Amino acid sequence: MQMDSSKKQSRESVAWDWQTPDPRPNQVDLAIPSDPRLLRIVRLTIMHLTELAGFVEEERKSVALAVDEACSNIIKHAYHGATDRPILIRFQLLDRGLRVLLRDYGRKADLSKIKSRELDDIRPGGLGVHLIRSVMDVVEYDNSLEDGNLLTLEKYLRR
Amino acid sequence: MLDVSTRNIDKKGVVIAIAGDVDLYSSPEVRKVIIDLTNKKTKNILVDLSRVSYMDSSGVATLVEGLQQVGKYGGKLILFGLEASVKEVFELSRLDKVFEIYPDEKTALDHLKK
Repeated sequence: MQMDSSKKQSRESVAWDWQTPDPRPNQVDLAIPSDPRLLRIVRLTIMHLTELAGFVEEERKSVALAVDEACSNIIKHAYHGATDRPILIRFQLLDRGLRVLLRDYGRKADLSKIKSRELDDIRPGGLGVHLIRSVMDVVEYDNSLEDGNLLTLEKYLRR
Repeated sequence: MLDVSTRNIDKKGVVIAIAGDVDLYSSPEVRKVIIDLTNKKTKNILVDLSRVSYMDSSGVATLVEGLQQVGKYGGKLILFGLEASVKEVFELSRLDKVFEIYPDEKTALDHLKK
């Protein structure tokens, strides 16, 4: 699969319209309901796309973890555990990496509260954001859309 | 997709063997088994993760909760057999120093006997 330059693939506002299929080179769109049973599909997709992008296995598993955590956060926080709400995921192969855009239509994230917790605070929960930030090179939340949230994640090849 | 089984090692200890991916969907199953054991105040809980190829933060949180529960009655919760990618989740969370982690069951049991 030939990769487009990242410049060509601008970070367009991904309030994309899923009523109209829009297949493009080096781009995969995945729409799933907010059902935790389906998270494995997301991980398997990531494992394949990161292989195409040239990441080593350790990195591929880490990116799968980060995107899985992002989906889990949407299910838990944007949709409060509802299993029938849409999660739209757009994967874009970049020249030297992978971009993942996650769109939800749930409760808007309070950006002031999205932070990694203190790791010295040993307690269950609250690790997801820390793991995402530890793995990914770009983590950008956008809650300025009319409804819901858009999260942009990017991971670049080191070599 | 996830298999969780238990076996007694002696009057004080139980091994929980987990096989499969531990994620937001499956971690409640693990939690149920651990909480059941901590409610019984099981002294030593050894968690076999050798057949877990994936664990997310909900799985880690479940084990942290178990660790806190056993701490209340002076018990132990020990992990062994972590694959590199699972161990990395603990390292990224800096929980690799909080849990007792051993390479295999024999080493974990040897430690308990000390």
